[in-house]
Amino acid sequence: MSALTTSDGRLASFQQGQPPIDKSPQPATGGPPTAETILATAARLRREVGLTFHEQLMEDIYADAARLADRAVTRPGEAERFDLDRSIDRIVTSRVWGFPMMILLFALVFWITIIGANYPSQWLSNILIGTIYPWLNNMADALGFPWWLSGLLIDGIYLATAWVVSVMLPPMAIFFPLFTLLEDFGYLPRVAFNLDNIFRRSGAHGRQALSMMMGFGCNAAGVVATRVIDSPRERLIAMLTNNFALCNGRWPTQILIATLFIGTLVPAWLGGLVSAAAVVGIAVLGVAFTFGVSWFLSRTMLRGEVSTFSLELPPYRPPRIRQTLATSIVDRTIYVLWRAVVFAAPAGAVIWLIANITIAGQPLAVYLVNFLNPIGLLIGLNGVILLAYVVAIPANEIVIPTILMLTVLMTGASGVDGGAGVLAQTESHQTIASVFQAGGWTLLTAVNLMLFSLLHNPCSTTIYTIYKESGSKKWATVAALLPLAIGLVVTFTVAQVWRLIAY
Amino acid sequence: MTNEPKQIPITDSGCAGCPMYNPGHLERLGVDMSESDYVVGLAGNPNVGKSTVFNSLTGLRQHTGNWPGKTVTRAEGGFVYDGARYKLVDLPGTYSLLSTSLDEEVARDFILFGRPDVTIVVLDATRLERNLNLALQVLEITDRAVICLNLMDEATRRGLKIDDRRLARDLGVPVVPTAARQGKGLDELLRAVNDVATGRSVGRPYRVRQRSAAVSRAVDELVGQITQVFPDLPNARWVAMRLLDGDENIAESIRSGELGQLSRAPRLEVAA
Repeated sequence: MSALTTSDGRLASFQQGQPPIDKSPQPATGGPPTAETILATAARLRREVGLTFHEQLMEDIYADAARLADRAVTRPGEAERFDLDRSIDRIVTSRVWGFPMMILLFALVFWITIIGANYPSQWLSNILIGTIYPWLNNMADALGFPWWLSGLLIDGIYLATAWVVSVMLPPMAIFFPLFTLLEDFGYLPRVAFNLDNIFRRSGAHGRQALSMMMGFGCNAAGVVATRVIDSPRERLIAMLTNNFALCNGRWPTQILIATLFIGTLVPAWLGGLVSAAAVVGIAVLGVAFTFGVSWFLSRTMLRGEVSTFSLELPPYRPPRIRQTLATSIVDRTIYVLWRAVVFAAPAGAVIWLIANITIAGQPLAVYLVNFLNPIGLLIGLNGVILLAYVVAIPANEIVIPTILMLTVLMTGASGVDGGAGVLAQTESHQTIASVFQAGGWTLLTAVNLMLFSLLHNPCSTTIYTIYKESGSKKWATVAALLPLAIGLVVTFTVAQVWRLIAY
Repeated sequence: MTNEPKQIPITDSGCAGCPMYNPGHLERLGVDMSESDYVVGLAGNPNVGKSTVFNSLTGLRQHTGNWPGKTVTRAEGGFVYDGARYKLVDLPGTYSLLSTSLDEEVARDFILFGRPDVTIVVLDATRLERNLNLALQVLEITDRAVICLNLMDEATRRGLKIDDRRLARDLGVPVVPTAARQGKGLDELLRAVNDVATGRSVGRPYRVRQRSAAVSRAVDELVGQITQVFPDLPNARWVAMRLLDGDENIAESIRSGELGQLSRAPRLEVAA
């Protein structure tokens, strides 16, 4: 026996097979067991018990759980609600109906948002821009404000904030409660269920569907939500592609541009429907890019196995309407609006400053826009839009207000008829449309803006979150540049093809 | 968001005049967790209402939703009950404590190494069988547990009758039926937590039966050695099963002696 007792306790106890029967003192492994002997014994027993231990353990637990539950629960025949749940599931997660149902449901949500946001949007615009804006100007005149002060405060800070509120508040106040109702009802996990298979085939984790759904609210939140994915490789894929889920800050842009440019291509009664379809189209395109880029990453930079997981379909619950309204208005709408306003006010000041600080008789904004214009036109956009995307790096929410302000100030500054006076008109959508017309927009500009809004760098909050979550500057940089590169390629291609066909 | 202490009755029954009504005087402390006397962990499957229980006890407003995996990190909050300050830790929702995913590890490590004074296991009463899998695993680790049988309103609506007393007898720990979304049963839950925390009620938890003789023998042999090295360890059987399952984290904690410190040292000091 002592011949087997090497300095390696593990080997010795393995070869002994049984606990020592030998009562004689053993120099190395004798005496009370130590941490090492426990581990050695465990290793030996593991070999004896075999690899099925985990399954046996699970089976034992399941069997006991079933027995205990059976003793405690009495069911009165078949429960009705349970069957209802199952029959709903059979439809919404079916191979045939799952996807059409999903697209239809989201289209319905956007349609309600687009139709419903119209009136309050006009009303807010009437008050904030039609009434208060001239009143403020008159006040400033009466008080004898110098032109630069009233310009900075009213044309800059106030107008940017007013745009953000009137353009963004109504769609958000409708969209978020509807989305929260779907969430509360229990539909979102079904979406994840439907998408799981495609995610797996893209080499990504099925739970990425959940972080993507969160991304539809806010990409920074979506990136944090990737923590539910265990494997670091799949988690990185989920983080890098989260930006392809349209976030809060971008929905209003999509809805507004679709309403103004796509919806007006068809007769008025079809307008809302077609605009909604266009927004859904962009969202679906984003999902397609999520799959495509995940597939690409899992075959190039982030190669590896796909891990399995189990996804629970929770019971459908009647949504609590009042709480849902409260949560979505307070937690989402007000939160996003507040963020937008906080970024919009200084951005408004910046925009006004670059439009009014002149160098050699030309405003600074003109130099910047003229510098960006060739690139912008090449990809079917313009310099104003690109400059707006630079100004809006902290928050996507202010892209549209920034574009509006810059266009107004640019056209005003360069002598085009209209200028800041355009904003005083009362019909909000017409106002915005006429500003865009003054800026020389075409249908191509609108389509490419929708595409670029989907495909560009995430906001700085999201980039910072990716950096914190991944702990890597490299991946944060990839997350910022990869979608931007894709956006440039896509908009460039669309612009070239469009111009080929149009002329 | 609501950090200031508030005294809000949480049962909505018509018992407001009765001296037994809210006898412990729940005081919600929000994120104020200074100098807590007891630490309570909140475990459970995803989407069973843990966050709702958490919010109603602490007065915090963590986002809740019909969505498994809402809580990815631990959320912490405080409350005062019966004069004692409690720190409540909302753990990630998990189906099991056996695999190695991050959320399961967070929950498991907290229950094992954090040594909470009480672990509340929130169960979905409408899915008792599947939810009990986790409860049984928690009971292997700790005897200081309270079962919160949540979503009782939904179970009743489905016509399910659940014998909570029988369940409590079988499991060997207190079982409290609740409907957290309606704020029902939370006072009873607090009383049970208080009883376990103060040692007034001592659990004798159910232990899973091994159906294979070979496994049973292996566990016994390993338990024998473990109890010799760590005599005060309350969950030697569970540690043995983890080792047989090849759990590297547990093996490491044995190698480093971390497990030994658990058994000897008094309960972990609560960070102020």
